[in-house]
Amino acid sequence: MLDKTGIAKRIAQELQDGWYVNLGIGIPTLVANYIPEGIEVEFQSENGVLGMGPFPFEGEEDADLINAGKQTITVREGASFFDSATSFAMIRGQHVQLTVLGAMEVSQNGDIANWKIPGKMVKGMGGAMDLVASADNIIVAMMHSNKAGESKILKECTLPLTGVGCVKKVVTELAVLEIKDGKFHLIERAPGVSVEEIIAKTEGDLVVPEFVPEMQL
Amino acid sequence: MNKVVKNVEEALVGIEDRMTLMIGGFGLCGIPENSIAELVKKGTKNLTCISNNAGVDDFGLGLLLQTKQIKKMISSYVGENDEFERQMLSGELEVDLIPQGSLAERCRAGGAGIPAFFTPAGYGTEVAEGKEVRIYNGKPHILEEALTADFAIVKAWKGDTEGNLVFKATAMNFNPMMAMAGKITIAEVEELVPAGQLDPNHIHTPGIFVQRIFQGEKFEKRIEQRTVRKR
Repeated sequence: MLDKTGIAKRIAQELQDGWYVNLGIGIPTLVANYIPEGIEVEFQSENGVLGMGPFPFEGEEDADLINAGKQTITVREGASFFDSATSFAMIRGQHVQLTVLGAMEVSQNGDIANWKIPGKMVKGMGGAMDLVASADNIIVAMMHSNKAGESKILKECTLPLTGVGCVKKVVTELAVLEIKDGKFHLIERAPGVSVEEIIAKTEGDLVVPEFVPEMQL
Repeated sequence: MNKVVKNVEEALVGIEDRMTLMIGGFGLCGIPENSIAELVKKGTKNLTCISNNAGVDDFGLGLLLQTKQIKKMISSYVGENDEFERQMLSGELEVDLIPQGSLAERCRAGGAGIPAFFTPAGYGTEVAEGKEVRIYNGKPHILEEALTADFAIVKAWKGDTEGNLVFKATAMNFNPMMAMAGKITIAEVEELVPAGQLDPNHIHTPGIFVQRIFQGEKFEKRIEQRTVRKR
């Protein structure tokens, strides 16, 4: 089974040279720490920066320089700043090649829910609806089941949706899943995780090939 | 044209109960903190505030929520603010949550004379309820209408007496679009300089969008999530 770092490492393997990438809050943010050697990617944050660098050294934080998670950041050489309308022009206009974000639920036709639990929790969608509606390439980083042990990989989402039919790939602590033809397809299993466990914890329809390789991290 | 007003009190003259205000900023970054403090002091009530976030409990627009001066919020993200969530879930506060990109574009459109536009964001979700859907390039889009405000209050790094503005880093965010969409736009700046001191090549918001400008007395510039790495 993977921890959060493991999920981030596995997603980082999907990065390709020359891509502009938007990373959501939480596990997705960690992906920036594991860029494969020899490739160059640039990170976009929807609050208005391209070319995000690492967190600042203590004492060098700048209140005017944050990412979409409101964390203090730095920028790399060649970075740029812009307003929110321009930022979402990059996103809607499909100038960003990959979006990685978290989810509360994902369904087998690619629906995603991650912004609201009616009557309990409302944080708002932020930029997630714009991101999922427009990006060609969306990877969801999430846990396979909730704290009560119920699957979050579903036939149909139960929570209010963030987007419909948009998720193509899901990476959890147990597996890499692809979504196509209205079904989940098991692509890889996490180290030490059996196919049976993944089947048991997946509520949605799951296509399991004869041989399921273990992730190489 | 000289747009300079003496201070924050003079800048906010004319803001009355039940008005719609746009307030720049993303989280606590690039918010007009002097103007927000003055709104608390003025006690203006039943405001509709268009702002990406609602600050935190004790800073930013959170201050106006504490004093119950806001009747309705139009925002995209309200996490990190317990009082906001409480007022929203209890129904005390009317809240219109809209996707961040749509919020930015609705402000831009409002300032640019575009009454509405189609976007794919929110199709198939609660956000699309009651909105016209059209297919473009084989993909469904929903109709979003422009937003304008009685007053837009923005915050810039530098400004000149003509109302030209320069923003710093990610403190730019919603400020340029909101400056365009206010019937009256108030800019509070960290540094106010005479016309001619800012390079015209580097102006982010041209002075035509700004009616009043003043230098803020002090900026706390609170950091919401201080994240650092070891040396």
